[in-house]
Parts: sequence; structure tokens; C-alpha cells
Amino acid sequence: MSDLLEGLGAAWVLLISGDRELWAIIGLSLWVSGAALAISTVVGVPLGAWLGLRSFHGRELVATVIYTGMGLPPVVVGLFVYLLLSRSGVFGQLGWLFTPRAMVVAQTVISLPLIVGLTITAVEGVGVALRDQLRALGATAGQIARAVLWEARSGMIVALVAGFGSIISEVGAVMLVGGNIEGSTRVLTTAIVLETRKGAFNQALALAFVLLGLTFALNAIALHLQGRLMRRGT
Amino acid sequence: MSPLYQLKGITKQYGARTVLAVSQLVIDEGETVALIGPSGAGKSTLLRLLCLLEAPTTGAICYAGRPVMATQRHTVPHEITLVFQRPLLLDTTVRANVAYGLRLRKRRDDQRIEALLDLLGLRELAHARATTLSGGEMQRVALARALLIQPRVLLLDEPTANLDPYNVALMEQAIKALQNEGSTIIVATHNLHQARRLTQRAIFLWQGQLIEEGPTEQMLHEARDARTRAFVSGELIY
Repeated sequence: MSDLLEGLGAAWVLLISGDRELWAIIGLSLWVSGAALAISTVVGVPLGAWLGLRSFHGRELVATVIYTGMGLPPVVVGLFVYLLLSRSGVFGQLGWLFTPRAMVVAQTVISLPLIVGLTITAVEGVGVALRDQLRALGATAGQIARAVLWEARSGMIVALVAGFGSIISEVGAVMLVGGNIEGSTRVLTTAIVLETRKGAFNQALALAFVLLGLTFALNAIALHLQGRLMRRGT
Repeated sequence: MSPLYQLKGITKQYGARTVLAVSQLVIDEGETVALIGPSGAGKSTLLRLLCLLEAPTTGAICYAGRPVMATQRHTVPHEITLVFQRPLLLDTTVRANVAYGLRLRKRRDDQRIEALLDLLGLRELAHARATTLSGGEMQRVALARALLIQPRVLLLDEPTANLDPYNVALMEQAIKALQNEGSTIIVATHNLHQARRLTQRAIFLWQGQLIEEGPTEQMLHEARDARTRAFVSGELIY
């Protein structure tokens, strides 16, 4: 218990002392996970909405693949991305391995199925009956899609929160494709692993509390936004 | 009165099950018609076909003199609307729900919205969140939304099922107001008193078939078919 309290104290000291290395790590963590979330959102929300709204031959298979992707172990994703970006890999010529770009790619692969899958669930949750009612009021397919997305807004925010949570806290993929290089690809999770291995538990705990605090703050913002959106009319 | 709907040789199947088979049906412009019959008789299916939400499996529907082909992707003509048995509202204010149909048509009519809110006793609830209302209030919102677009055809699927007398009276008053504007109204109902109050003609459906049609009053007292008489007298038929 005292270790935890010491860690909490150390985290506070590190933050207010303006420790450059810590702030660089926080900045990179937010940049990598933020970029991955942005890409996953731009691709995943429309794709999930489309899959949730349409029925076509093979849709079940596509949904099964996506739901399987929601449980992909980050270390496995890291391994695949590593192989694809390594010198002999298909995308080796890009030279992205052990750069933040490779970490963004890996985290996008992790968060994309989550955002697509949860968006499908949110859109399907609105129900066919409401869509029929909107059609009966003369709504076009586009107008129905817009209304359904609005009705599913709460579930879609949950999708984004889950997507972000899955990548800001993962270590396996970013460790493999980023390499935890100081000043270049070190993020909060990989830094915690490093400090733990060194036996610097206070430092590791401090970083862990920073990560927890950051995640808490971002989720609080997301939930506040969700509440505001739920109170708003169409 | 000119025929608005002409149905010929209509069947509707879901899988191998035929849920509706109507050899011929004509509904005139401006009529108010009751669809009566026990649960599972095909009333809701017929309303969905008349709304052009679904296509019949076989047969032809002629609407306003033109044959229509409804498909899942077809946009329902702006002059027809259907109010479902279970009120389906958007998670927004009562006023925004009422205005939704006109918004789809890129039109505004604040004066008519206010009049409908008054007519249906929704004035006090205009800024309440629609999904928090009681069943009766929600159904009144759904009806107001449909009435706002001044449809040429209003289809109502058990609009007052499970509502208390106050809500029923408000709903019927609003339906009659649209009736006076010349709209065609087709209402599926279990409530024979309501059929008598609102409609001039009734159609009795049983097991997906049109058994009998005629003036509402006559059907309630002098039905020709034994099944109609059994239903009207309150005997259960399957």
C-alpha cells in the first residue's frame, strides 16, 4: 500500500516538476493513440453504420470477421505489422518500422474492429421498426441513415471510448513495432515495462498513475460529451 | 369519389406462409375505412402494403391511377403515411418529433405545429423529451407528426390500443379533423365502437383473407358472413 502511495506522490512530483522526458512520453502516447483513433473513427464509423443498416449476402461472415478482430491480442497485431513493415516485408520500403508511424498503424489495426463492431451493434440497436416508421414518413435512405446514427449516438461514443481504451493501454504492439526507443518511440506503457524491468518501481508506478489519470480524464470528457449529446435534439 | 387504391390478386408471403390474400379491394379518395378482424388477420400487413412499405408477393396495387411497385429501397410517397401501433419516436423533444415529417420535406409550418400541439393536448409537453412520455402521450405525438404533413392518405395501425378514454378521445378528435380536410383514412382497429365512430365502411379480415366489406353500421349489426358475425359478437375465432 505504501508503495502505491509513494508512486502516486512521485507521479504528482513528476508532473508538476515539468519533467521533459515524461511530458514527451505523454505527448507521444496521445499523438500515437489519438492518430490511430482518428483513422479508426473516420473509417470505422461509416463502415459500421453501413454494415448496421444494410443487409446483403455474406454480411454475417463480414460481421463475424469484425467481431473476431475485436478480440485480437495486441502482441499478435504487433507481430503481423512488424513482419509487414520489416525490410523483407511487403511494406518494408516505407521504412516505418521503429517509428511512431508503425505504432499508429498497429494501434489502428487494434481499434478499428472495435469501433466498427460496436458501431454495428449501436446502429442495429435502433431497430428496424423505427426505420420503417421513418420510411412511412417519407424519409429517404440518407435521411433514415442520419436519424439512425443520431439515435445510436450514445453507443457510438461508447465505441470510440472502447477503441481509445484498447490502444492507450496496450503495450504488446507498440513495443514490437516501435521498439521503445528513448526520445523516439517510447510511450507510457512501454516506459512502465522498462522501469519495472529496471526495478525502478516508484518511477513505473508514477507512470502508471499518469496513464490512469490521463485515461480517466479523457473518459470523463467523452462521457460529458455523451451526456450533452443525449440531451440535445436532432 | 374516384378510386384511390385498387388492389387485384394480392398475396403476401413470408417464407412459405401466406399472411394475406385479397382478390380485389377498392378504396375511394376521401373515404374513412376500418380494417377489423382478430389478431393475425392480416390488418397490419395490408396497411404496410397500402403504405407501399412492402411489395406484395403477387398481384398489383394501383395507387392514384398508377400501378406502383414498392420495394424495400423505395421511398414512400410524401402524401402517404402510417402511424404504427407502437409509437416510434426520435430521442428528441416532442416539438422536434412533431416537426420531423415536415423537416424531411424541407418545409416549416410553425402555426400548424402549434395548432396540432393544442389539438392533441401536447402544448405543455412541447419541450419535453419524447422518449420519457407515457404511452398515450407518445401515441399522440406520433399522430401529430403524421397529421402535420397533411397526408392524402393516413394509415393507422391500432392507434388507440391500450389507451385510456381521455387519450382515445383526443386521438379521435384529431383524426376527425383530418377527415374533414378530405384525407383518406384507413384505420386498423379491434375497437368496434371506434370503427363505428370514425368510419363509414368496414373491411373484415380473417386469416389473411378479405371476408366481407360494407357500411360499418351494417357490418356491426347485419353481417352477411358467419365469421364476421362471430367476431362482432365477441366470439373468439381462429
